[in-house]
Amino acid sequence: MADVNRGNRPLSPHLTIYRPQMTSVSSIMVRITGIAALLLSVLVVWWLLAAATSESAFNFIDGLMRSFLGDLVMFGAAWALFYHMLGRLRHLIWDLGYCLNVQVSEKLGIGMFVLATVLALITAVAV
Amino acid sequence: MVQLTLPKNSRITTGKTWPKPEGATNVRKFQIYRWNPDDGQNPRVDTYFVDMDECGPMVLDALIKIKNEIDPTLTFRRSCREGICGSCAMNIDGINTLACIYGMDEIKGDVKIYPLPHMPVVKDLIPDLNHFYAQHASIMPWLETKTNRPAKEWKQSIEDRKKLDGLYECVMCASCSTSCPSYWWNGDRYLGPAALLHAYRWIIDSRDEATGERLDELEDPFKLYRCHTIMNCAKTCPKGLNPAKAIAEIKKMMVERTV
Repeated sequence: MADVNRGNRPLSPHLTIYRPQMTSVSSIMVRITGIAALLLSVLVVWWLLAAATSESAFNFIDGLMRSFLGDLVMFGAAWALFYHMLGRLRHLIWDLGYCLNVQVSEKLGIGMFVLATVLALITAVAV
Repeated sequence: MVQLTLPKNSRITTGKTWPKPEGATNVRKFQIYRWNPDDGQNPRVDTYFVDMDECGPMVLDALIKIKNEIDPTLTFRRSCREGICGSCAMNIDGINTLACIYGMDEIKGDVKIYPLPHMPVVKDLIPDLNHFYAQHASIMPWLETKTNRPAKEWKQSIEDRKKLDGLYECVMCASCSTSCPSYWWNGDRYLGPAALLHAYRWIIDSRDEATGERLDELEDPFKLYRCHTIMNCAKTCPKGLNPAKAIAEIKKMMVERTV
């Protein structure tokens, strides 16, 4: 709103003073996990490209992906993918006109965090 | 555009700590945003102490007590003191609400009070709402008709009137719009939850005959579709209304009329 400001009026504080809400936190996490999933796809493409390039190139990225750090990144990526999918599912429900009250939306938000964690753990154990 | 930090002239500094009331045993600490347009200084947060044994239960009671007894320069809007005028909307304890109907027993610890977030400040707790009101005016908040004026009045069935419940109660306090991160970043072009709730109020009014034009006006990537169903608006509304649902209904109507 700074561009409708007149004179030297300050902009009132926003992010730093607004108490985090389940509504806004679960929403911004959908955006963040979406961007994280995009970055992950770059990693996967790199892996596939390396496989098509040479054995040494493949071994380098494959070793990186199979290291402990790689496992951590992959677990985070699995969580992000599941969370993002559940978030999009919630958007689909909303767009159909259901669950549009605060109490239910907040429960869905908590459900997204819990279910994404459960699904990511199952993936980690299964793979 | 998203700008996470405050501009240089808006950074908050530590302000003055006002003396505690003498002889009071039940004292509460208030931290209140101050900005004076006349002294050329940055905004600051002042600390006040209020004797709760001598103060009414609502946050507005404390603000009035501070203005009357401690610091007459403290500036804020207030009028009806019963949640119907919407003047005393401000950010209290991290959420937007009306100071007159927000009880101090609902707050843990110090009472932190800021103006409505991400708005130009006129003075202290008073934000500039001109743009917000202009957005409201832009959705044509009146009955638009084309047929001839009836002899007595525009009639409406009880069922059709019921569709306006949960919409007409809005007092335009701006709590919802200024709680919306999307309105923070794109408030210049995104209409925000308050204006869109009012838009929906007229779209579904059975007597209104400009539904198509109203929807045409809103068919815009910014005016309507910057709503990402974050729902901070419904969470914070001091009147318990649900602008997010109203906006979702408009989006649904947009789809329905094209298929």
